[in-house]
Formats: sequence, C-alpha cells, structure tokens
Amino acid sequence: MGPLAPAGPGQSPGLPLRGEAFGGMVGEDGGEAGMQGLRFDAVELPRAAAEARARVRAFLRAERAAGHYAAHRNSWNSFDPAFSRRAGAAGFIGITWPSAYGGAEQSSLVRFVVTAEMLAAGAPCGAHWIADRQSGPQILRHGGERVKREILPRIAAGECFFAIGMSEPDSGSDLAAVRTRAVRDDAEWVINGAKIWTSNAHRAHYLIALTRTGEAGPDRHGGLTEFIIDLARPGVSVRPIHNLSGGHEFNEVVFQDYRVPDDMRVGAVGEGWRMVTSELAFERSGPDRFLSDYRLLVELIERLRGQDDPRSAEALGRLVAHLAALLRMSTAVAGLLDRGENPAVEAALVKDVGTQFEREIPEIARLLVSCEPSLEEDDRFAETLAHVTLHAPSFTLRGGTREILRGMIARGLGLR
Amino acid sequence: METQEISRILLDQADRLFAQHLTREARAAAETGAWPENLWQAVAAAGLPLAMVPETAGGAGLAPGDALRLVRRSGFHALPLPLAETMLGNALWVATGEKPLAQPVSFSATPPTGLRGAGDNAILDGDAGAVPWGDVAWLLVVAEDAAGGRHLALVAPPEAALPQRRNLAFEPRPKRHLAGVRPVALRPAPRLAAPGLRPLGAILRAQQMVGAMERALDYALLYANERQQFGRPIGKFQAVQHMLASAAGQFAAATAAADQALEAWGGADVEFAAALAKARVGEAAGKIAEIVHQVHGAMGFTQEHPLHFLTRRLWSWRDECGNEAEWQRVIGARVMQAGGEALWPMLAGA
Ligand SMILES: Cc1cc2nc3c(=O)[nH]c(=O)nc-3n(C[C@H](O)[C@H](O)[C@H](O)COP(=O)(O)OP(=O)(O)OC[C@H]3O[C@@H](n4cnc5c(N)ncnc54)[C@H](O)[C@@H]3O)c2cc1C
Repeated sequence: MGPLAPAGPGQSPGLPLRGEAFGGMVGEDGGEAGMQGLRFDAVELPRAAAEARARVRAFLRAERAAGHYAAHRNSWNSFDPAFSRRAGAAGFIGITWPSAYGGAEQSSLVRFVVTAEMLAAGAPCGAHWIADRQSGPQILRHGGERVKREILPRIAAGECFFAIGMSEPDSGSDLAAVRTRAVRDDAEWVINGAKIWTSNAHRAHYLIALTRTGEAGPDRHGGLTEFIIDLARPGVSVRPIHNLSGGHEFNEVVFQDYRVPDDMRVGAVGEGWRMVTSELAFERSGPDRFLSDYRLLVELIERLRGQDDPRSAEALGRLVAHLAALLRMSTAVAGLLDRGENPAVEAALVKDVGTQFEREIPEIARLLVSCEPSLEEDDRFAETLAHVTLHAPSFTLRGGTREILRGMIARGLGLR
Repeated sequence: METQEISRILLDQADRLFAQHLTREARAAAETGAWPENLWQAVAAAGLPLAMVPETAGGAGLAPGDALRLVRRSGFHALPLPLAETMLGNALWVATGEKPLAQPVSFSATPPTGLRGAGDNAILDGDAGAVPWGDVAWLLVVAEDAAGGRHLALVAPPEAALPQRRNLAFEPRPKRHLAGVRPVALRPAPRLAAPGLRPLGAILRAQQMVGAMERALDYALLYANERQQFGRPIGKFQAVQHMLASAAGQFAAATAAADQALEAWGGADVEFAAALAKARVGEAAGKIAEIVHQVHGAMGFTQEHPLHFLTRRLWSWRDECGNEAEWQRVIGARVMQAGGEALWPMLAGA
C-alpha cells in the first residue's frame, strides 16, 4: 500500500477513495487533470524584451515630462487618440505582427513587457488597447489579405481603434445565445440585430461582431460567424449607455440592414465560436487583468511613504506579494502564447486571481488612509480611490465573469 | 546527460523512495516523536541530505533550484524527517570549507545569538527557539560576536533529552536554550547565511508547503469526482467546483511565489525573495487547507483519511520561520521606504 494510503477496505468499509491513487503519485500520472496539469513554467525574457522595456520607459518618461498625461487618472480604459498615435509612431503597437502589416516582428513576450510597462506607468493606452490586444491579432490570423493590408498598418500606427461586439441583451455569459443575424446576399452579408455593452463603439473605427449565420447544432456552438464592422458606414448606429458614475464608456450598437462585404469576414463561415474563443484567450491573459488599478496602489504607497506603521506595512506587503506572484503567472501565460499554445485555463486562472487582487486594492486602501473619496478632489489619492471604487464592480464582469471563469477552471482541473 | 535530466531522475528516485518507505506504520511511529532511523537511513543512503553539496565535496551537486524542488517533493510526501533542514545545514557547513556532516542537521530560525569569547573558548549566549528535530539533530546557528562579526556555529545534539514539544503535524520542535553552550566548531558565516537563517528557513517552508498543497488538492479533486451525493459526484455541483477553482488560483499564485524564491537562492536579495514567498505561500496554505477540508466533508476530519498529514503540516509550516504578517511587514517596510514609483522596477526589473 502506498505512502499516504488510507486503511485497507477491511478496516474502513466504504472508504470512498481509490487506494491505488495514493500509491502512485496522484496528479503526475493523472495527465491533464490535477494541479500538475497547470502550466506556469518559468519564462526567461528575451534580450529584446529588456531593450523594449528600457525604450518604453524612456518614451513614457518623455510623455510625462511633456505633460501629456497624469498617471493617477488613467488605466487601460483611458481613451486618448493623440497618445495612441505617438505610441504607434514609437513602434509600441502591433509589435508582434509582420513588418508588411506595420508590425515589428517581435515575440509576444516583448509585447507583454511593453503593455505591462504602459499600465504600470498609468499611460492612457485605452484607444488602441483592444485593437492591439485582440482585434489586430485576430485579423492577422483569420482575416483576408485586403483587410489585413488596409487595417493592420493603421492599427499599428495608432490611428485605428476597435471595439468588441460579442455581448447582446439576451446573451451575456451565455455567448452562444447570440441572435444578431447575418444573411448572405451575393458577395455581401446583411446584418440585423443589436450588440450591447460595446466599449468605445462611439469612438472606435471598427468592431468585430459575432453573428448568427446558421443553425446552432447540438453543442450550441455551430452557425456563428465573425465580421469586421465599419462603424462609419450606414446601417449601424451607436447609442450611449452611461455607466454608474455617469461616464460614457459603453454603448448599444444596432444593426439595420447593415451590409458588409464577404471579405470583411474573420474566419470561415460557421467558425465563429472557435474565433471568439481564441479572441478571448488574448483578452483574458494579459497584464490588464491585474494592473487595472495599479496606480491606486502607487498612490497608496506614496501616502504611506516614510511612515513606520506595522499595520500599513503588513497590508502593503501582502498586496505586493500578491502582485509579484501574479506578474510571474501572467508572464508564464505570455510564454505559453509565445510558443503557440492555447493557455485557456491558465489565462482564466490569472484573470480570476488577478481581478480579485484588483478588487481588494481599493477596499484595503480606504481603511489604511482615511479619506472621503471624491472625483472632484485635488488630492491624488482621494481622486484615484474614487475612480477605482466606481469602476471596481466591472473588473470581475468584463471579459467573462468570475463565476464563468471558475467553471472553466474547474473543467480544466478535470471536474464535471 | 543534461543537468536538467539528472535532476529529474533524482526527483523521480526520491519520489519512489519516499513512497516506498512511508508506510502507514512509519508515519504513525514518527508522529509519536520517535526518531525514524530506518527511514532516515534510506534517505541518507540515496544521498539526499547532501543534495545541495557540490560534487567536489562528495555531494549530489544539485543546482539550488533543483534541490529546492526536492524539498517541495518532501512536502508533497509529508516526509517526517529533517531532510530540508539537513540539506540546508550541509550546504551552509560545506560553504565554510568543512566536510559535510554525516548526521541530521537542523537550524535555528531565531535572530543571531550572542557569542562571548573567541576561538576555542567561544561560548554561545541566547536562545535557539523551537528547533526542528532539535533533540537528535546537530544544530547550526548564526552567532554574532561583540564586534558584530557573524559566525556559523555548530552545536552538538543535547546530552539530556529536551521536553517533548511537537508542531501540529507532530514533528519534533523542542525548544533549545544556548546560554553557556560551547559550539563544536565556529566558522565565519558564509555569504548564504549573511542575512541569518530565518529567510532561508522561510524559503524551505514555502517549498514544502507548495508540495503539500499540491497533494492536498489532488486528494480533493479525486474525492470530488468520486464521492456521490444526490445521485452524482459532488464535483458536479457548482459550489464545489468554485471552491476548487479558487483553491487552484491560490495554488498557482503560491507556486509562482515559491518559484521566484528558488531562483533567488544564493543571489543578492534572498531576504526579499523569502518574504514574497513566505507571505504569499502562507496565505494560500490557510485558504487551501480550509477548502480541501470543506470538500472532503467529515471523511477529511478523520485520522483514517490521509489528508491531515498534509493540512496539519500546512497549518504548522505557515507559522514557522515567520508567519505571513511578519514577512509582509518586511516587504511593506521596504516599499514604504522606497516609495510608489520604485515598486514596479523592484518587481519587473530595473
Ligand atoms: C465595463 C464593461 C465593459 C464591457 N465591454 C464589453 C464590450 O466591449 N463588448 C462586449 O461584447 N461585452 C462587453 N461587456 C459585457 C461583458 O462581457 C458581460 O458583462 C459579461 O460577459 C457578463 O454578461 P452579463 O453582464 O449579461 O451577465 P450575466 O451573464 O447575465 O450574469 C449575471 C450574473 O450571473 C452569473 N452567471 C451567469 N451564468 C452563470 C453560470 N452558468 N454559472 C454561474 N453563474 C452564472 C454571472 O457570473 C453574473 O454574476 C462589458 C461589461 C462591462 C461591465
């Protein structure tokens, strides 16, 4: 009998455990399932990443010196087209793409470093964020040649912005329930329906819409197709939805006989589910899933700086230990993406742990520094705390809710 | 052969060795506080206590990272021996230019003790605190002389038995006072011991905890898939799935924190790495122990089920060599000193 074996069946009738499992090394022989199946291997950053880090830091220092942005006011949601154009000109967008499409042909680890630096420095990178993170890569892999040549270089130049057209009024977590319909008409498709919660649709040039083009089939994942929607063309209208703090970030997007040429399709007809899953792997894995309110942590440290208060030190030390682990986990996922693997479960884990961390920061900060947060406040800490508190609920919703992610993780662990 | 390959083989061998010798009887006997001599002999015969000792000094010459992975496996197996302690002790002792020690070695994680007199007349003054296996093992302590010089002192096992004191996993943790004790040998502290032994111990415990968590979670996953209630495996219930998913997140974060510490071993800032590791892993240990017990129901609360060999260790190890709060304060103090903008380069690299 194995090492940690429970007593034999004679001694313990009905012990509901597989005895042999304790003799063998559980989890090692268990293949995918179990904790050994999680891939968070150490990643060595290439030299190019260190160089890029130095370059992007110098760029951001110059931006701040020129008074282009105030770090404490920003996250990856801050929409600043002028900043994006300068970042594009400096070569920080579309880093991994072929040079023929305006890219710099670097590894995704270099991109990881650049984006993490942007977030840590509180750069207003929201305008190009979605195009750089997911729409561009999606078009590069699955788009037609004309579209690639026309759109990708503009994204890389920081001149072309995207939105995500997945959610609908009756299709949130249950994305397979989308009803927006695309019907073929010769070389075009005609789209009718509505998308909702579409961030930046009012200031983006395009969105990628997930539409229904056929029967769902028994697994409910069939009959879906993705299209690039040009928001400047007739047949699509954007209506603002104000968020709880009164801000205008997301929208409703309505299609009325919107006509899209077939070569604006992304991926094959009926392959939309596969498309959207691969898009979500990009969407979930990045440093934006634990650095959304990093600037609040910075402001908190500034407020506590030089104090000799053990309670503050403990709370800060805890957050920093969490952050260090997350940075490492997220780097490991970037390494998996770089090797062309699909780290769906690992990405879900990073997002779940990362957004939990993001949501803890304001709750801890408010107890360490007593202040009444306000958006109209000269004090940087109070202003940042106000902003984060009002946005925190979205951290564990957008990009897949915490509950949906935990379901995915459980499946990845071999449950169900 | 690649060194990576060699270390993998060694880890596999260690796994098999632990599995073979850790019978239920051996475990039960060890928990009474009796020294498991046969088990120790088997582990020593495989050369594991010398894993971190260079080959030129007769050891296995594992890279620190690989040696610490072996420590992690000892945690996975809930090995009731001072293997991690002896690996560290030998690495330190050999670093002073001495030969490795043949006996089990332990260490004191208290701040450096005082030292009076010099050379052969030196006498320790202080308290070694709770010493793992302190009644049978040789003891290494860092001692500081009046001029502030740091030494590594080797102390023989006590002549008279110490009052029995065990941690929650019933591993021996007797208290040892060193006032007036004459060390067997005294050497200038090697570089690795410069920050004292507490951070090194913290890194060992962090590795052991990651190993123990892994196995506890493997048990919980197995159980969730096998235990039936309401006509289906409990793992089909979303509430159970979410508990385990959140435990997996804790495990992944703990592993990442422990990994950065094994990379930092022997480097310039072992103390900071130890702090990150012990703070993060210790927190995960408590949460994971809670979840695996919840998933196991009453079965996991029995002596019969092996889960407690792991969870009782997690509850002990998270407090040994400094609990989360202590190490969080170390991190926090540094961060508060350096300021907000200094944090990112501290973590991501200058
Ligand atoms: C700030 C913000 C920006 C967004 N931007 C975009 C965007 O640009 N483009 C876009 O397409 N979408 C966007 N979204 C939408 C986002 O993707 C959805 O909010 C998300 O997928 C959840 O859908 P829902 O809001 O309809 O919630 P629901 O799916 O209705 O869920 C409500 C609650 O029920 C829980 N729940 C649902 N199903 C299950 C289940 N099976 N098991 C357990 N619990 C379950 C959820 O976890 C949640 O707690 C954005 C959302 C926010 C908040």
